[in-house]
Amino acid sequence: MTEDYGQIREIHPQRDIETLNLSFWPGSVPLKQRWRNNGLSADFLGDYVTTFFPLDENDPATRQRQSEIRGAVSFIANELLENAMKFHADGLPEPITIRLYLMRDQIVFQESNAARGETSSQFRGFVERVRSTDPGELYIEQIESNAAAEGSAGLGYLTMINDYGAELAWRFEPIAEDGFRVTTQVIIKI
Amino acid sequence: MTVLEGDGYKVELDEANGCIHMGGALRLGGLNEYAPISQMLEEALDGRDTLTVDLTGLEFLNSSGIATLSKFVIVVRNRQNCALKIRGSNAIAWQGKSLNNLKRLMPALELSFD
Repeated sequence: MTEDYGQIREIHPQRDIETLNLSFWPGSVPLKQRWRNNGLSADFLGDYVTTFFPLDENDPATRQRQSEIRGAVSFIANELLENAMKFHADGLPEPITIRLYLMRDQIVFQESNAARGETSSQFRGFVERVRSTDPGELYIEQIESNAAAEGSAGLGYLTMINDYGAELAWRFEPIAEDGFRVTTQVIIKI
Repeated sequence: MTVLEGDGYKVELDEANGCIHMGGALRLGGLNEYAPISQMLEEALDGRDTLTVDLTGLEFLNSSGIATLSKFVIVVRNRQNCALKIRGSNAIAWQGKSLNNLKRLMPALELSFD
């Protein structure tokens, strides 16, 4: 049974929505080697969207806006990819995908990867905690309690919420062999 | 100068001036990969009453890196024998978003933006 935490958007191609879609099959190259691609892909997404926020030399605010949007896209995409690479189950017949939708007043990211039953239930526990606790308090609690040593994945999501005002949602869909397709959606207003 | 260098980043301790410069893009895979940097930061506290961390050249820091900095700020706060200054840059977007949180962890932290 598919379970949603928050609302995952169904976005169809439209004239006023720019979309980028990247897919990876991580098993083909060791994680250590692939790690640098997270940064390359994230920076590519960040640079790509700047085209739609052109600079006006007479208006310094345009430079700041461009730099903030590039920074936000690059940070969020990098975190989504890092988490996907860490938790993806290579054996399942699913790629890691990241999609970016650039709309007039918001950017939507949807990242999917496969996870085995146990990994996905641990993650579900974290998701439930994020949704029921104040994310600012939860961040400080994780940092202060040293719990972050193992579960540092969660800090990326908390940073998106606390520092970028991001709205997060998740979907867990059962796929073959005791696995799930886990989708994380991040929306930022621009 | 003690230097830690890797793919796209450099962290150096300027012992004479009590300053650690972090530059480039840091996206190491988890807190354990940040351990050498944490160690350099913590060792720099020994025998000093003031330490400056200069982030004005640090274009990118992933959440594990932000957590590493946060944990370091807590160490300094708990030791109570060294003043900490962090220099950021207004031109680098993530710093405006995330550095202010460090003051929540340690109100005595001196945070400035160039």
